[in-house]
Amino acid sequence: MNVIYVDNNATTKVAPEVLEEMLPYFNEYYGNPSSMHTFGGMVEHKIVESRERLAKLLGASPEEIIFTSCGTESDSTAIRAAILSNPRKKHIVTSRVEHPAVKNLYEYLSKNGYRATFVPVDRKGRLDLDYLYKNLDEDTAIVSIMWANNESGVIFPIEEIGRVLKEKGIVFHTDAVQAVGKIPIDLKNTAVDMLSISGHKLHGPKGVGALYVRKGTKYSPFLIGGHQEKGRRGGTENVASIIGLGKASELAAANLSDESIKVKPLRDKLEAELLNRIPNSMVNGDRDHRLPNTTSIAFEYVEGEAILLMMDEFGICASSGSACTSGSLEPSHVLRAMGVPFTAAHGSIRFSLSVYNTEEEIDVIIEKLPPIIERLRELSPFWKKAQ
Amino acid sequence: MWEYTKTVKDHFLNPRNVGVIDDADGVGEVGSLACGDALTLYFKLDENKKIKDAKFQTFGCASAIASSSALTEMIKGLSLEDAEKITNDKIAEFLGGLPKQKMHCSVLGRDALEKAIANYRGQAEKKVEGNIVCECFGVTDLEIKRAVRENSLNSIEDVTNYVKAGGGCESCHEKIQKIIDESLGLEMPAKKKVIRLTNIQKIKLIEETLEREIKPALKKDGGDIDLVDVDGNNVLVKLQGTCATCSASQITLKHYVESKLRELVAPELLVEEVH
Repeated sequence: MNVIYVDNNATTKVAPEVLEEMLPYFNEYYGNPSSMHTFGGMVEHKIVESRERLAKLLGASPEEIIFTSCGTESDSTAIRAAILSNPRKKHIVTSRVEHPAVKNLYEYLSKNGYRATFVPVDRKGRLDLDYLYKNLDEDTAIVSIMWANNESGVIFPIEEIGRVLKEKGIVFHTDAVQAVGKIPIDLKNTAVDMLSISGHKLHGPKGVGALYVRKGTKYSPFLIGGHQEKGRRGGTENVASIIGLGKASELAAANLSDESIKVKPLRDKLEAELLNRIPNSMVNGDRDHRLPNTTSIAFEYVEGEAILLMMDEFGICASSGSACTSGSLEPSHVLRAMGVPFTAAHGSIRFSLSVYNTEEEIDVIIEKLPPIIERLRELSPFWKKAQ
Repeated sequence: MWEYTKTVKDHFLNPRNVGVIDDADGVGEVGSLACGDALTLYFKLDENKKIKDAKFQTFGCASAIASSSALTEMIKGLSLEDAEKITNDKIAEFLGGLPKQKMHCSVLGRDALEKAIANYRGQAEKKVEGNIVCECFGVTDLEIKRAVRENSLNSIEDVTNYVKAGGGCESCHEKIQKIIDESLGLEMPAKKKVIRLTNIQKIKLIEETLEREIKPALKKDGGDIDLVDVDGNNVLVKLQGTCATCSASQITLKHYVESKLRELVAPELLVEEVH
C-alpha cells in the first residue's frame, strides 16, 4: 500500500541528501571528534561545518549552538539553566498550549517550589499578550513560549515578546521545534536568549537536537561530563546525526521558499476542499498566522481515532487531537485551551505536509475522507439529531 | 498506535447491526459527546421474549464502535435474563481482548444494555445513585466500587481505564484510592477463606483450566497455548499457532489467560510468555 504521509509535525522523512552525508560517519569515519589523531580530527571538522550550517539557518553564530539529543533535552536544558542561574527568582511563565516537553517540566517545577503562570490563548489559538505582560514581575526567572504550535500551527509573535522581555531583562526561551525550517528565523534581529531545535522535524534524523544560547546568556549545563560542546553539554557527540542535522539545516535554508511556494498551496487546497465537501467542519486556529504546512480541521460529531484508523486503511497518515488516540480521556490540552467545543475537539484531525507531498496525494485525501466522515456520522447517534 | 485484535478491527470496519429500531422494545442511551463516546442500543423481542433484533448507534473510537457491534451480536437470540449476565469482560473477550486503556468501551456496552433492559421493564430511569466522585466524567462511588469488584481492579489507573474516573483533572485520585483500599480490605477476609492449594494441586488446576477454558477459546482464532512450567505463582506458557505471531498476543495473555487463571485457580498468579 502506498503511504500518504501528512503527519510531518510528528516527524519527517530523512532527506536522501541528509542520509547520504551521514552514512560514511558510521563505519568509515568513525573516529571520536575529541581525539588527537587526524582520523578523529576529520570528524571534528565535519561537526564544525554542521554547527556553521545550523547557525546560518538561524541567523546565529556557530559558537551559540549546542548540539543535544532531542528537542526535549534542549527545552529542559534551557529552562533549567535559566532557573539555576537565577536561584533567587521563583516565578516561571509559559503558555497553556506548549508541547509536553515544556508543559510537563513547568508542572513538575510548580510542584517543587516554583510559581508557574500559564498564559491563555483565545479561540483562534492566539496568545493573550496582555495577560503575559501583566504577570511578569521581579521574581520572574524565565519566559518560555513556543514559536509555533505543533497542533494548530499558529505562530506566536516571538519578535514582539522578545523586545518586551529584553527591556525588562527577563530570560526568554522559545521552543522553535515546529518553526525552524518552515518559516524564516533570524536571531540576529530577534531578542531570544535561548531556542530549541529538533533534527527530525526538518528532514534530519531522530535523536539529535540543538539549543541556541545567545552570547552573554547565563548558562549552566544539564548534562555535566566531558568537555564536549565546550563543557556546555557532556557526552560523546552523536556524530552522524549531528552531521545529518547540519545537512538538513543547509537544505532547509536553501529551500525555505518552497514552504510557501510548494507546501502552502497544497495545504490550502486540502483545507478548502475538505471544508467545502464536508459539512460541519471548521479550521482550528488563526488561519492568517499559521505555519504553511499545518491545518487542524474539526469534523463535528465524529471521533478522531475512528477517522484516523479508517484513513489508515488507505495508507493516509495524519494525527488527531482526540482523547482516544493518546490513551488519555480528554481531548488535547491545546484544543481545550483554545476553547474548541467538545463536539469538535474529539473529531479534530491535524494534517501536516512537507515538500515531499504531491498534488496527487492531496487529491486522494480529498476523495477518501468525505465518505469516511459520512460513514462515521451515520454511525453516530448525534448526527441525525443535530440536523 | 493501539494494538487492536483482528476481531476488533473487523467489527470497527464492518460494524454489524448499525441503526435504529423504530418500534424497539428497549432503548438504552449512555455516554455523551463531551465524554468522547456515546452509545444508543435498541432491541426488539420475539414472542418468546427473546431478543430478535438489536441495533446500535455509536459515537466514539474504534473500540467503542467494535464493542457496540459485538454486543448486538452477543445478545441476539438471548432471553433478557441471559443478556443481563453479559459483563463488560465478556464483551472484551468476544473481541479477543481490548487494550487496557480501552476497557471503558466495553463498560459502555454493558451500561447501555442494562439501561435498555430497564427501559423495557418500565423501570424508571435510574437516578444517579451514590455520590459523584469524578466531576470531570460524572462517575459515582457506586460505579467505581462495582468496576473494582467485578474486574478486580487495584490501581487508580485501572479505574480510569474501566470507568474513566480520574482521567480528567485528577483531583479525585485520593477518593478513588480510598474506594480501592476499602474494596480490597473488604475482600481480604473472603480471599483468605480460599483453601491454599499445594503446588501439585495448583499445577493440576492450571492444566485443567487451560484445557477446559482457555485452549478452546484460543483455538477459535487459530491459536493455541502450552504450559511450560509453573514456578511459584509464575505460570510460564508458550503461545502457538496464530497467537505466536499475533500482535495482540500480549493483550490476550494478560487480559484473557491471566484473568481466567486468576479467577479459576488463584488470584495471585502471573502469566509469562517464554519463547
